[in-house]
Amino acid sequence: MMTFITLIARNRLAAFGGVMLLLIVLLVLITPWLPLADPNITETANRLMPPLSDGHPLGTDALGRDILSRLLWGTRISLAVGVAASLVAALIGSMIGIVAGYFGGRTDNTLMRGIDMLMAFPYILLALAIVAVLGPGLMNALYAIAIVNIPFFARNIRGVTVGIAHREFIDAARLSGKGNLRILASEILPNVLPVIVITMSTTVGWMILETAGLSFLGLGAQPPQADLGSMLGEGRKMMLNAPHVATVPGLMIFLVVMSINLLGDGIRDALDPRLKSGALSRPAPFTRIRRRHKPLPDPTNDDALLSVENLQTDFEVGHDTYQAVNGVSFAIQPNECLGLVGESGSGKSVTALSLLGLVASPPGVITDGRVALAGRDLLDLPHGDIRRLRGRDVSYVFQDPLATLHPLFRVGDQLVEAIRQHQPMSRADARTRAVSLLGQVRIPNPAHRAEQYPHELSGGMRQRVGIAMALANDPQLIIADEPTTALDVTVQAQILALIQNLRREKGTAVLFITHDFGVVSQICDRVAVMYAGRIVEIGPTKTILETPRHPYTRRLIDCVPRLGEPDNEPVAIPGLPPAADALPEGCAFAERCDLAEDACRQGNIELIATDTDRQVRCIKPLGIPTPSPQGVTR
Amino acid sequence: MFRYALRRLLLTVPVLLGLSLIVFLIMSLIPGDPAQAILGSYATPENLERLRADLGLDLPLPQQYLVWLGNILQGDLGRSYALNRPVLDEVLERFGATLLLAGSSLVICILIGVAAGIVSAVRQYGWSDRVITLLVLIGISVPAFWLGMLMIMAFSVGLRWFPASGMTAAYGGGGLLDILNHLVLPAIALAVVAAGVIARLTRSNMLEVLRQDYIRTARAKGLGEGRVVMRHAFKVALVNLIPVIGVQAGFVIGGAVYIETVFQWPGIGRMLVNAISTRDLMLVQGGVLVVAASYVLFNLLADLLQHWLDPRIQA
Ligand code: SF4
Repeated sequence: MMTFITLIARNRLAAFGGVMLLLIVLLVLITPWLPLADPNITETANRLMPPLSDGHPLGTDALGRDILSRLLWGTRISLAVGVAASLVAALIGSMIGIVAGYFGGRTDNTLMRGIDMLMAFPYILLALAIVAVLGPGLMNALYAIAIVNIPFFARNIRGVTVGIAHREFIDAARLSGKGNLRILASEILPNVLPVIVITMSTTVGWMILETAGLSFLGLGAQPPQADLGSMLGEGRKMMLNAPHVATVPGLMIFLVVMSINLLGDGIRDALDPRLKSGALSRPAPFTRIRRRHKPLPDPTNDDALLSVENLQTDFEVGHDTYQAVNGVSFAIQPNECLGLVGESGSGKSVTALSLLGLVASPPGVITDGRVALAGRDLLDLPHGDIRRLRGRDVSYVFQDPLATLHPLFRVGDQLVEAIRQHQPMSRADARTRAVSLLGQVRIPNPAHRAEQYPHELSGGMRQRVGIAMALANDPQLIIADEPTTALDVTVQAQILALIQNLRREKGTAVLFITHDFGVVSQICDRVAVMYAGRIVEIGPTKTILETPRHPYTRRLIDCVPRLGEPDNEPVAIPGLPPAADALPEGCAFAERCDLAEDACRQGNIELIATDTDRQVRCIKPLGIPTPSPQGVTR
Repeated sequence: MFRYALRRLLLTVPVLLGLSLIVFLIMSLIPGDPAQAILGSYATPENLERLRADLGLDLPLPQQYLVWLGNILQGDLGRSYALNRPVLDEVLERFGATLLLAGSSLVICILIGVAAGIVSAVRQYGWSDRVITLLVLIGISVPAFWLGMLMIMAFSVGLRWFPASGMTAAYGGGGLLDILNHLVLPAIALAVVAAGVIARLTRSNMLEVLRQDYIRTARAKGLGEGRVVMRHAFKVALVNLIPVIGVQAGFVIGGAVYIETVFQWPGIGRMLVNAISTRDLMLVQGGVLVVAASYVLFNLLADLLQHWLDPRIQA
């Protein structure tokens, strides 16, 4: 509760609304004791006095009555009626919702059908019909507004109740012989109460507004009784010669409703955990780059297609910084396939997305390093140039094509768009090319498939479309981020074979991201193993598979089920990687490593060359008696 | 698509029936003798007798409903004794004016609301987002009837740009320009609240969509941000917004009751208010039925539009 109040208080607008509402409520509560003129005393001599007149701070109305006094008394009535209507609606609506949600079946069906019918009416129209029958009057307006708001409560409360009704503690209560009524009162009600309160906070403003509206139309409060709406209605008749008579009560309604809305929004936001985590932020088109300095190019990477040097990508959430990628370096030669392997959360995907600035930002920030494509530092390029590289020189294939293909465009159109973005081409030509691309990725009947939407294709077909899209502009490098993870084994093998073939035919280089060493062994020339945002081992696939140097690499390899050895169950690696905001000193893997010793937990462990073409980040690499101290690189 | 449309159309029938049942039940709540209440000061013995026979008032309630429904299905909504003409004629005559007002208002609030919502989402936490958020807050809190009066004071009385009232009928009187001139203020006043709600929901919807994986894909293809936002993100947001717009249309139609009163607009809302104060219950009933039924049909159209835009919704 306390944290809730602090949350509201931190939201300045909500706090402002809360204070304003509190002031208004206090004011109308003490109105009977305030030294005010009688709101109903008519004084025709003093009629229509302007605001700031003697004895009438807000002036007088057509009958010479004091507007300030009438305003406060009217607000009292408006607030009371609005709150009462919302209580009635909450009571009846919640009862319907709870009963429907708890009993389900026919009861639920019948009740909710009725509610749907009520909601089929334009809101105010139903209230008008009710007032028409019952006759004008404040109480009748109250009933009418309450009735038309019942559906909101019934729906919301039913939703929550359905969620609770099948939980264990309800079943337990039922088994222990409690009657339905007891369960509803003692188990369900306490759990749905917060939702009732929230629904009230979002509807009470409306109800005050709408009852005032009915009074404004002359259907609510009848003279001499006056609420804000009927004051406004009276003021309308003299709108031209005495505008203050109408302006003042309207302003009051506005202030009341606005303060309730502000407070309600604040409550809603405070209860929405996504806001705090920043998950509702809009990702910018390019990842933010905030490098401390511009690193000089590493001359050993001169002939590489892509070289990544000391790349560092952080996630900044509130005041916390999570180091997702922590100084990663690797290079890819033309036509080479490099595997980037690690568990989820190791930073491999963030590394891949960092290359062309596709990490969601906020919260992502690239804080250091260099990403060079054919010698050009991409982190230094203007956004327009990066955009022209995306999909043309470097393209991506993402993991789950159902989520990564646009759901509302035909796959053919998505391909045409990718082609025409980078190649000036008529729509018809692009279409022909799109169909031929679908053919290249072995989609049968490509012309027909091009007309379909992603949800009409199978998972394997969708991923072929994803690959076709990546091939659209004959890129030099394809970054494939777990492209086969969502697929079953046979389809996975087909997709891998497809990538392998395309590489051979087109000479494309591939950065292949996966958690599966089995996949790596099938297509990667070299492999880099990542753990907790760093590369812990890198080298040719074959030798790493045969003689892993890092204990973590060996564990990953052990996870792969071997064909023909059904007894060889994959061993999941025990333990979890360290949290990215709490990286331990020394080796990040120490907690899960059988060979860990004190020295492992001290100081920074560098990536060291154990063989001519291999490097490992471990102080006692497997299969090497004493690591050679020379040839230390980062 | 065609089969879906047909099925949806058939599903509307029970909704319309339920609607009529609710109106019927509300009318049966009339305290005292309904015939007396309906006729009011026109309650001569002959009139009473005729009305009782017409409405089948001596029959039990379920049969009464059938008689009543039968009359409506034949286009007989009863007679307004105060106006001395068939209810249907009066309602249809007024309906055009309301349709013009509410329709233009809906167009305005969709255009403004959606545009503001997109700007707000794209410039999240920027100054334009702040300004729009503030305007939205004011917009959804302001009583439409008060706003209408303020607008009359400012633009009709003060600046003399637009007339405050005097719209005779949607089709009668002056030409198109005259109608537009009369339409501007009430249509805007009526649009404000719904525009605020639509802007708010467009913003949150766009923010939600812009975080989706397929937006990242669009960017990875090298598309410009304008295309990403307006084509890839907005199309999905629009599909999500259609039901919202359907709900807002209901609020716009309801709000028309106030705005028509403020601007003396010769529509169905003002007719209803007048009918209620003269206790012309048959007219109220007819007006409510026709407006509610057309609202149901509007939502049917919205639903079909959504289905057409989103191939994922299965028929
Ligand atoms: S450095 Fe130590 S803890 Fe880390 S992997 Fe090597 S042996 Fe294990």
